Amino acid sequence: MAPEQVSLEKYLRDRLRHKDLLLMTHVVCGYPSFEANWRELEIMAEFDVDLVELQFPFSEPSADGPLFVKANQEAISNGVSPADCFGFMRKVSEHFPFKVLMMGYYNTAFKMGAETFVKRLAEAGGCGYILPDLPVEEAGELHELSRPKDLASIVLMTPTNTEARLKILGEAAEGFVYAVARKGVTGGKTEMGDDLDAFVSRCRAHTRLPIGVGFGVSQKSDLDFLRGKADIAIIGTAALKAWEEGGGDNLRSLLGSLV
Amino acid sequence: MSLFDFVEGREGYYGEYGGTFLPEILTATIEELRLCFRSSKEDPAFWAEFAELMHTYSGRPTPVSYLENLSNKLGGARIFVKREDLNHTGSHKINNVMGQGLICKRLGKKRVIAETGAGQHGFATATMAARFGFDCKIYMGEVDIARQRPNVFWMENLGAEVVSVTDGQRTLKDAINECLRDWVTNMGDTHYVLGTACGPHPFPEMVSFFQSIIGKEAREQILKEAGKLPDRVFACVGGGSNAIGIFQGFIDDNVELVGVEAGGYGAGSGLHASRLAYEDASVGVAQGFKTYFLQNDDGNMLETHSIAAGLDYIGINPILTDLWEKQRVRFEAATDEMVRDTLKLVMRTEGLIPALESTHAFAQAVLEAPKMSKHEVILVNQSGRGDKDIFTVADAIEDDHWKQFIKDKAVEYGA
Ligand SMILES: Cc1ncc(COP(=O)(O)O)c(C=O)c1O
Repeated sequence: MAPEQVSLEKYLRDRLRHKDLLLMTHVVCGYPSFEANWRELEIMAEFDVDLVELQFPFSEPSADGPLFVKANQEAISNGVSPADCFGFMRKVSEHFPFKVLMMGYYNTAFKMGAETFVKRLAEAGGCGYILPDLPVEEAGELHELSRPKDLASIVLMTPTNTEARLKILGEAAEGFVYAVARKGVTGGKTEMGDDLDAFVSRCRAHTRLPIGVGFGVSQKSDLDFLRGKADIAIIGTAALKAWEEGGGDNLRSLLGSLV
Repeated sequence: MSLFDFVEGREGYYGEYGGTFLPEILTATIEELRLCFRSSKEDPAFWAEFAELMHTYSGRPTPVSYLENLSNKLGGARIFVKREDLNHTGSHKINNVMGQGLICKRLGKKRVIAETGAGQHGFATATMAARFGFDCKIYMGEVDIARQRPNVFWMENLGAEVVSVTDGQRTLKDAINECLRDWVTNMGDTHYVLGTACGPHPFPEMVSFFQSIIGKEAREQILKEAGKLPDRVFACVGGGSNAIGIFQGFIDDNVELVGVEAGGYGAGSGLHASRLAYEDASVGVAQGFKTYFLQNDDGNMLETHSIAAGLDYIGINPILTDLWEKQRVRFEAATDEMVRDTLKLVMRTEGLIPALESTHAFAQAVLEAPKMSKHEVILVNQSGRGDKDIFTVADAIEDDHWKQFIKDKAVEYGA
């Protein structure tokens, strides 16, 4: 049974009428600071980014690569809490035209309680969440609570999944499907080639939702490759790397080269 | 009771604890491991192969020794010790590691990775990899490398690559994160040899299965040596593998089971690793499973401390958490100071040198024995030996002659 359409899906479909490939970007909340995050987001808005993941820092970011690990760690040692992140998300969602998602690890939601988590996320204007260490089997309660709040629980599909597993994931997905382009952690390079093409087609066979491709998407040629195959290009580490290496100017030239 | 008769649809759960919380990319790998372990566990020939390997390679069965001097000195219960320290590589860690080596062979994988805190598990994994012909990479926190150089030395000389982990607190939990990062990248040819009964299902069950050899042997041996079952069994609890190993031998008996955690500087100090004996931990989900973690209100993990690197972990075996909640296992904590005193006592009265980890179990036993009757029997699991941790032990008991020796050595090396 297909779940009811959440407004995130509708939003993405509307945007897809005017654009052939949407863009989702990522910031780690409070790293290097919330002020820096704000400036990054202003630049992202200049380039008409469609969707932004705000990562809530966690002490054990075991699915992240070195750059995001460092960002999580420093944000926490600067005292960034989930309450700060929700507060920031609220300002962001009120100010910017793009939609925002919470991204993080399950314990952040679990510790505050599923009910509190969805309530605060909805109040902050978030449209969903990505919790990569929460398998769909364990996400039941959170899904139930999210539905009345119109929050999308974003499901990840990966190249190692069997067809049977992709079917289960497809049935649980809402908003869009996050297709993980390769094995490994965030950061690092992804070979844009036949394997990825075949993988995205396998995902497509198991979902009618828009598909975003992330992990190692970092340059114009990657977006050119994805155009016509995927619906959303997800830029994670590349944006933070650009910011770290040369601040706003660098981020601007990265985004400029992409769109 | 069987600990592993899962409720329908709740495989891998012990009460509310356990489960599998991993990135989707590992689903196929963990399923492959689960099926391989399941068929191995059900195959009596597999256990026979494992027991034979432990006999010929590690000297099992390890004996149970009566500590007559210590018992007389304390004047209460008779104290017996299960000698896991006599294993090859000096601790119970080898039981799990050789078992997982056999699993790795069945999986057809050629490379193993492992986290290590004290270095014991890394050391054991490096020997296993050498013996089975696997490539081996050990992840170890920078802080632990600094305090456990002798184990690093052995791992490297056994052919393993030791990677220094510089993220987070740079201890065991960070080494586990790094293993997970390696595994999500290299799962095709790599088996992750998790070192304790923590992490995602099937690890807690699998590690418990291999460590159950301790309890199986110990039950038979104590009946012979003491003429009765023990009244209390003491084991130290880091992740909780040696404890569940020995406890399984007595789970259906009228025997009190006592887990002893690292009390560090004591309750309320914020510098300890007691998840259940003290009040600071709460239920969370991290590193692939649900259990009690030492974490703050935001769900971020706290700093931990122990005199024993091998007990210094944020989480705890989900099976033990469930048994604690059901009041089948009692939890206590031994402070660093108790451990220092107990180590000296045990060395002087019995000529035994328990690892600092194992000394936690002794410390609680020494506290309780005098209050028990002469007809009662205590069994302590000596999970490892302390003599090879000479640097840490010498540090812990502040030996001046040793310090001078190190200074002289440093001069000799041109420091
Ligand atoms: C000798 C010894 N005992 C106990 C432990 C704690 O581990 P566990 O609780 O899994 O037995 C360690 C860990 O390194 C150890 O080296």
